[in-house]
Amino acid sequence: MESHIPHRNRLWLYALTALVLIFLVLPTLVVIPMSFTSANSLAFPPPGWSLRWYENFFGQEKWLSATWVSLRMAFATMVISTAIGTAAAYALHVGRFAGQNPIRGVLIAPLMIPAILLAIGLFFVFARLGLLNTLTGLVLANTLVTLPFVIITMSAGLKSYDMAQEMVARSLGANRLTAFLTVTLPQLKLSLAASALLSFIIAFDEVVLSVFISGGDTATLTKVMFTTLRDDVDPTIAAVSTLLILIATLPPVLVQILSHSKEPKA
Amino acid sequence: MSARALAPGLLGDNSADLAQERRRENRMMLALTLPALIVAGVLMLVPVGWLFSLSFVGADGGLSVENYSRIWTDGAYVAIFVTTFKIALLVTALCVGLGYPVAYVMAILPERWSRLVMLLVLVPFWTSLLVRTYAWLVLLQRRGVVNTLLQDLGLISKPLMLVNNMTGTVIGMVHVMLPFLILPLFASLRSIDCNLTRAAANLGAGPTRAFFTVFLPLTMPGLVAGTMMVFVMCLGFYITPALLGGGKVNMIAQRIEQSVSLFPTWGPAAALAVVLLVLTAGFLGASWLIVRRLKVEV
Repeated sequence: MESHIPHRNRLWLYALTALVLIFLVLPTLVVIPMSFTSANSLAFPPPGWSLRWYENFFGQEKWLSATWVSLRMAFATMVISTAIGTAAAYALHVGRFAGQNPIRGVLIAPLMIPAILLAIGLFFVFARLGLLNTLTGLVLANTLVTLPFVIITMSAGLKSYDMAQEMVARSLGANRLTAFLTVTLPQLKLSLAASALLSFIIAFDEVVLSVFISGGDTATLTKVMFTTLRDDVDPTIAAVSTLLILIATLPPVLVQILSHSKEPKA
Repeated sequence: MSARALAPGLLGDNSADLAQERRRENRMMLALTLPALIVAGVLMLVPVGWLFSLSFVGADGGLSVENYSRIWTDGAYVAIFVTTFKIALLVTALCVGLGYPVAYVMAILPERWSRLVMLLVLVPFWTSLLVRTYAWLVLLQRRGVVNTLLQDLGLISKPLMLVNNMTGTVIGMVHVMLPFLILPLFASLRSIDCNLTRAAANLGAGPTRAFFTVFLPLTMPGLVAGTMMVFVMCLGFYITPALLGGGKVNMIAQRIEQSVSLFPTWGPAAALAVVLLVLTAGFLGASWLIVRRLKVEV
């Protein structure tokens, strides 16, 4: 969008935007120096520097086991959610059967329901089924909340895909599965990768469900972080946070750099 | 099928087979949705249904609506609703005030600058919620960055209470919600035809008038959608108020959590949960209707 108003008349607008952007980005950047503090407190700037909080993270069973639980849980969620979500999105796109809209509605609904509600509801049901504090329970719950993202992403991908190509493959003798796997799926690989990445990140980051339905040996990283933050402020959190910030910012920054360098020079 | 009308003798015998084939195909497609449907159905409908039925069980174990009537009559519950709505409204208003200019600037900046702004909006979006909450604790506490800075500048003599109260909660929530307002708003701003505002300027409207009479109405669908989403998410927000409120900010989600963890009283918690769900569905439905209406009028 262009505008007829010269840029100098909008300086106040740019200044306000810059302030909001500082407000958005600065807090996470403050965490990084905090993780190298030598003090036990949150004093800023840190009185001295040390790596003790990283040693604390990599040396404590509590943190390592929680990280391992989160990684396994997020990976399993990613695999299951992407697989069953893709199957459902494909079927909803191709099929013409009764109840299509209600089915889509049910699959998207977890996105709209407040997390606290799902969390206490699942807490109650899982307690009866013996699924509390189990990896299975965590994966099931996170599959539920990541499914809408897979369905939405894959449906968007399918919309821009020409189904006639799959028909051609089938008319040439491929069966439905082969045609899907060799012709359709490779062309949807961007949507597939986005779905998988989204479900992994959402599951890894999910806090409310974890706080309620995980614990003991299967406490997730977010659950341990939450209880640590609530009960005592331990700079180990800053070390964990710095590692998470690095992991979270690398992909988008890389994507920006790569997409920029690939562009032909104007 | 039209092919049958064209060549009845040729395809007539096939049509029954084709119809059967189509039915078989649609059954197969339905089957493909089943795994996802079972997960969503069992894990969402069963807990929500259970909460719903629990909310109608009274203290004596019989069927009653006492859990609901208490919500309207008990002053403590009324106070929780007032606090929740106050915070949600304040956070939403701040998000609109701060987010609209950013989305607008993103839309008028040249592509590469706009992309940089987008990246800066997305970085917090990608950063873990708990990391950001921790960051605000570092910044806002008594000996935190903000207080130290203000004292060094001589603006205040005693540290301000910025966290473990409403102030910290609102700041943290605005930080979480801003991207949810900026991103949909930017999407709708970008699709606006700038010739319309230019035409308004040609016809003699000043920048302010062109903005309020031409531009703002065109952005309403995106603005309503983003605003409603933020507001609804605020109503059920748990993590940030729990950590930055320091137990002093009592919103609906906090109250539900307390009833579950402190006392074995499921009825009132379930009733609160059902009310929260109804409110959420109501506001989302209303915003959907408004957006649809606005789009038709434009």
